[in-house]
Amino acid sequence: MVSVTGGDTAVNDERANDALELAGRAVAEAMRDGATEAEALVMAEDASLTRFANSQIHQNVAETNMTVNLRVVIGKRVGVASSGRTDREGLRRLAENATAIARVVEELEDWPGLPGPTAVEAVTGAYASATAEASPEVRAAGVRQVIGAADEAGVTAYGSFSSGKETTAVANSAGVRVGGTRTVAQLLTVSMGPDGGSGYAEGAAVDIDDIDAAGIGREAAGKARATANAVAIDAGDYPVVLEEYAVVDLLDMLGYLGFSALAVQEERSFVEIGKRIGSDLVSIVDDGHDPAGLPMAFDYEGVAKQRVPLLEGGVCRGVVYDSQTAARDGKRSTGHGLPAPNPWGPFPLNMVMAPGSQSREDLIAGLDRGLLVTRFHYTNPVHPKLAIITGMTRDGTFLVEDGRIVGPVRNLRFTQSYLDALACTVGIARDRKTLKGFLGGVVVPAIRLEGWTFTGTTEH
Amino acid sequence: MRDLTERALDTATSLGARYADARVVRRLDESIAIKTGRVEGVASNETEGVGVRVLVDGAWGFASSNVLGPAEADRIAGEAVRIARASATALREPAVLDDRPPAYGHYETPIDEDPFDVPLDRKIADLLAADQAAARVKGIAFTESLYAAQREWKTFAATDGSFTEQTITHVGSAVEANAVDGDEHQRRSYPDSGGGWQAAGYEYIRSLDLATRAEPLADEAVALLSAPQCPSGRFTIVLDPSQLYLQVHESCGHPTELDRVFGTEASYAGTSFLTTDKLTEGFRYGSDLVTIVADATAPGGMGTFGWDDEGVTAQAVPLVQNGTFVGYLSSRETAPRIGRSSGGAMRADGWNRIPLIRMTNINLLPQPGMSLDDIVADTDDGLYLASNRSWSIDDRRLNFQFATEVAYEIKGGKKGRLFKNPTYTGITYEFWRSCDAVGDERSYVMLGTPNCGKGEPSQTGHVGHAVPGARFRDVQVGVGKW
Repeated sequence: MVSVTGGDTAVNDERANDALELAGRAVAEAMRDGATEAEALVMAEDASLTRFANSQIHQNVAETNMTVNLRVVIGKRVGVASSGRTDREGLRRLAENATAIARVVEELEDWPGLPGPTAVEAVTGAYASATAEASPEVRAAGVRQVIGAADEAGVTAYGSFSSGKETTAVANSAGVRVGGTRTVAQLLTVSMGPDGGSGYAEGAAVDIDDIDAAGIGREAAGKARATANAVAIDAGDYPVVLEEYAVVDLLDMLGYLGFSALAVQEERSFVEIGKRIGSDLVSIVDDGHDPAGLPMAFDYEGVAKQRVPLLEGGVCRGVVYDSQTAARDGKRSTGHGLPAPNPWGPFPLNMVMAPGSQSREDLIAGLDRGLLVTRFHYTNPVHPKLAIITGMTRDGTFLVEDGRIVGPVRNLRFTQSYLDALACTVGIARDRKTLKGFLGGVVVPAIRLEGWTFTGTTEH
Repeated sequence: MRDLTERALDTATSLGARYADARVVRRLDESIAIKTGRVEGVASNETEGVGVRVLVDGAWGFASSNVLGPAEADRIAGEAVRIARASATALREPAVLDDRPPAYGHYETPIDEDPFDVPLDRKIADLLAADQAAARVKGIAFTESLYAAQREWKTFAATDGSFTEQTITHVGSAVEANAVDGDEHQRRSYPDSGGGWQAAGYEYIRSLDLATRAEPLADEAVALLSAPQCPSGRFTIVLDPSQLYLQVHESCGHPTELDRVFGTEASYAGTSFLTTDKLTEGFRYGSDLVTIVADATAPGGMGTFGWDDEGVTAQAVPLVQNGTFVGYLSSRETAPRIGRSSGGAMRADGWNRIPLIRMTNINLLPQPGMSLDDIVADTDDGLYLASNRSWSIDDRRLNFQFATEVAYEIKGGKKGRLFKNPTYTGITYEFWRSCDAVGDERSYVMLGTPNCGKGEPSQTGHVGHAVPGARFRDVQVGVGKW
């Protein structure tokens, strides 16, 4: 057994041991049923979330769940079944279901076989007992701090405070046996004022004690006050400073659309290794071991996570692989596989953007006439290969003139190539935030861009 | 299951809950994914668990577990009560539920051919035939085809004596053809970009006739590569049902969710411009031709059921009547705040999620008189837009922008040449007020989406939309630069 849990717990992770033992039993069931290869992925979760609106807790939930995902291979035929039943009868039925599928599907001519063992290194800082044991009272106390900050500013608080631990274990017939437990906590809030203002702030961390609830509350409440009585401005091209909450969306979309080996193999990615797509200030890496992020030691195929440079000085350097896409390119998996079956391919789940040298104030001071954008809302690709995205600004958009914020403006719609955005990046902040994007934990700075195309307006 | 739900409810009550409900849900999913003639994934997933929701001194708590048994029922009921007491430490307005008669009975989706009884190799062969028909077309870079079926067995019990059992079956399928040339990537899909979905059996999949539709679809994807860019400007547009259903979803379905209006989704998806004063004043949402209803009884809709997840009977609730805003999607907690009873729209994504106000089947009713072809024939100069490609709308559901897979020029009442990369944008109520033609029953079709996101932790909802085609005047098409 390889335990990869780090942080403040002992290396002896009982929960991961139990999950790994269960995965092993599932593999054994499949092999008894006639599989030539088998892989079991066990995911066990204890997750809680306290949600607040109108400055009170209105939803408050907890979940205990465990799933066994079994991939059975017969020759080159692959079947997958999953179930929450973990008793002997449940595992037997699970193996029967997966095997029944494998017997009727067509052969995958380029099936590479299940991945073998890799050197999985323990990641540090992936687990915090304070998060794992966080009670509803702890989360409620954090929420009261946010609400208190909102009350002081005369605004109303909305948001959520979540905490949880997730254990992942993978065993397969090729000898992979790996397991570990991670924790994640996240607090986000939108503050809304009586004069139409709104502000946003967020924090994510492995250790819930690292989340400054009062500070997050003050940041959002202050911005809600500062955005009261926003004025309309015309759509058009503006230089912008994007705060960290907006930069997350750039990385998520680029990771989703392009930094995947499958996207390249299917010719739908913008990535060409060695091609410059960003300014020389822009470097992005996927690194499951970076303690500044939300670390992961291995992927959902049990393969050790490699550090993969995606962009270095604006130049495409790599994409992430799982075992199937790696075999097609004659490479080794970089440890970015998702649970089977996976027609979407591998994704970078731990993206980190390199910091710059400027302060947030320096970035704003660099705008002669432009906009400071807090975050984006409801973004969606319009032209995936050119990474043209549309979306709205939200929760704090400000006009900047002569390097100074002159006042709030109403939200704007943009239709913008995120590749062009990387190409016109002219400033990057030295401070970064750890946040949760839709592809996982990301570490991002604020950035300044020479141009951003806003294509519409709205009423608030 | 009654023993288990009674145990959980008794424990919750004994620990101080004034109200509690319990749901035991077993869900079976089956999916087939094919890419360019290769069966990429065939999967079966089964999940089962119990969730207990409690109200203690006006504060909510919820706990859930995948372990079914009396001891675990006691544990999660106790945890739910503890969570509710923590909620009470940050409570300003205690929750109050409307009265509704206790719910009893059984409901089952009517189906002709059980999708789980159709042999797996038959289903794979059907989908493979469609995928290969598209993949064979010269110029196609890759194809993606999907089949999925879901069955949910759900037992609901509440401390008011309610006890219902439901078996809900949904199926869906799609074929998608992708053509790539340099930086240009064009896609055509059928029945629409997310697939055709209904509460039905395998007979619905057969009725889609994917294999016949796949080849012309792929031809069109290839043709789009060399088609001219869709022009920008103010245009008359005719929306095919494959796009109009999502317009209804985003610009009517979501803004009429009463929880959004009251701010309880503000931190995630946002709020709504349809504030309660607009209900009182009779806000002009659209033209006289626009009548939209939330109908949880519509045949084939994925928002059709016997009772919602608060035990409220399925019903049809008018949202927009001849252009006037008249109603909301609502729950037992929100409806009394506007002096109404719940419209029965509380739905949970499985045993481990609380019910939220969700769309049921949000249907734009057909208007007698004109078929969709008649509407095109009645249009001198415009664009016909079909199959959604992307969608975005602001946090109050006002400014929207959609892209579709294809636009056809309309000249002199006839559909003509193709345009690629069409987009259109507007403000919700201005757009619906510009509607001057709605198709009749001949184009009225039940579609839907299986991936409507809402809530924290996230929930994915299956919702239905029956729509005909419709025409809108003076709409901004394109964004100028691209």
